[in-house]
Amino acid sequence: MSLTTIRQGSLVLVNTARVQSRGALYVAQARTRQMMKWIWMILGIAIANPVLYLISVGIGLGGLIDESVGPVGVDGVKYLTFLAPALLAQAAIQGTMDETVYPTLEGFKWHKTFYSMNATPLTGTQISFGIFLTSLFRAFYTVVLYFGVMWAFGVLESPRAWLAIPTAIFAGASFGALMQALAGKLEDENIFFVVLGRFVMMPLFMFSGTFFPLTSMPFFLQWIGWISPLWHATELGRHLTYGHVVSPTMMWVHFIFLGIMLVLGLFFSARIFTKRLAK
Amino acid sequence: MSNPLISARGLTKKFGDFTAVNGIDFDVFKGESFGFLGPNGAGKSTAMRIIGATSQRTSGTISILGKDPEVHGPQIRAHLGVVPQQDSLDMHLSVAENLYIYGRYFGLPRAFVKGKVDELLAFAQLEEKRDAKVETLSGGMKRRLTIARALVSEPEILMLDEPTTGLDPQARHILWDRLFRLKEQGVTLLITTHFMDEAEQLCDRLIVMDKGSIMAEGNPASLIKDYSTKEVLEVRFGSDRNQGMADQLRTMCDRIEELPDRVLMYTEDGEALLEKIYAANMHPKTSLVRRSSLEDVFLRLTGRTLIE
Repeated sequence: MSLTTIRQGSLVLVNTARVQSRGALYVAQARTRQMMKWIWMILGIAIANPVLYLISVGIGLGGLIDESVGPVGVDGVKYLTFLAPALLAQAAIQGTMDETVYPTLEGFKWHKTFYSMNATPLTGTQISFGIFLTSLFRAFYTVVLYFGVMWAFGVLESPRAWLAIPTAIFAGASFGALMQALAGKLEDENIFFVVLGRFVMMPLFMFSGTFFPLTSMPFFLQWIGWISPLWHATELGRHLTYGHVVSPTMMWVHFIFLGIMLVLGLFFSARIFTKRLAK
Repeated sequence: MSNPLISARGLTKKFGDFTAVNGIDFDVFKGESFGFLGPNGAGKSTAMRIIGATSQRTSGTISILGKDPEVHGPQIRAHLGVVPQQDSLDMHLSVAENLYIYGRYFGLPRAFVKGKVDELLAFAQLEEKRDAKVETLSGGMKRRLTIARALVSEPEILMLDEPTTGLDPQARHILWDRLFRLKEQGVTLLITTHFMDEAEQLCDRLIVMDKGSIMAEGNPASLIKDYSTKEVLEVRFGSDRNQGMADQLRTMCDRIEELPDRVLMYTEDGEALLEKIYAANMHPKTSLVRRSSLEDVFLRLTGRTLIE
């Protein structure tokens, strides 16, 4: 009923330097603990998603396409092989987005947990990095599982195909960081989700060279691909999984584009979190 | 007197044109229970957020544990326990997990936090709810959990923003009892409230705030002595007649306050005053003699009641 141990006091107990160096990890640990509450659902989605997509679009639609294009294939390979790296990148992007946007809205708005976290020695920057780190964890196992399914479908032709795993996670990280910054700004999330779903995610998915080479689109629509992290990641993924030709210059362009997006996303996210918490 | 733990001079916070805290001065000393009393919107929570080193002041100076919160935010927050107005608990996690992760945010070692969780569950009378999800708890339980959470790091200063708002009387009394225990252990308490009974029960010393400014400062008894009379007689003549009687009543005592539903008469002897009223052939529908409270102090200082 009473405090049984002797009170030592925070001046003895709390090591602020330790929190300063590891704060983001503490946030990530807590967030991972939350994630574990619905881990089976996440894993289920991570497996069901590629299986269903690869069967329906890859094999079903792919069969028709392969039949009509003949032995030249799409980009020189079977449609399923062409499609799979794009879906891998899309899964990473979707995974990090879910794990950055929802926790951010929850932290600032729905449950206001970020405010109680910020009442500890944790800073806004550490909270934003912690949430971001956890989203990479989700991206990691989503991509690894997806990759396993791709292997089972026999679409990995190159020996260095495994490099598509870090590449997809990198793309997910870039997009997730930017979305986290955006979510940190949100006051009214209802409109955001409508706009995000219909005018951002859907066009990105449809116009990033996911289902057909970007070059087969009219030129005035190709810009959607150029600014889409999904297209950049897909190009890299195709190069790594079956040897799609990417010039060294374009290779740099893809990496630098995703890198800039990541750095900007993390920078603005930390800044926005810090400012909003101090309001 | 020893150096204050918290010392503010000319503390001001503006949001655009609106001044939420208007140049306030105060000192809080170790082991005391210090209150901010005022109605909603008085600037109490804003002041608390500045002391909590999460919101930056617009001007003035403030030192907490000898440090400036603008420069040493995390170092100050390391020694504060904060109970915000909204519980902001982690709804996905269990009661025990909420305490555990919060302890980790302070960088406390795992083994220490695990032991502390058991101790705090006992303190908050939540042992049976240990593995329950937070969303299944009652309002009073959530509040106790939030207080327990704030104690995980054994803070030097415990800050409570409206600790019992929205709780039923029984839950409030349990909570007050917990806070008394902490006070006995020498924890410095900082409390905002718009309940005068809470301020009287819990605070050694308090400031009365209104519209961002300090109206008065002192201990509850001295404030009552300075700004009110010993007793108050509340009389009701019916809402249509209260006003008509006011002029006559005013001549019979030190001071009166006309409220929409009743007239408050300030006097040293309530019973004697009531007899005088009857003797003057005035017959109130109801009457009540009570001690003066901080509510009366606030009314005197601002002309308004605390809860409007």
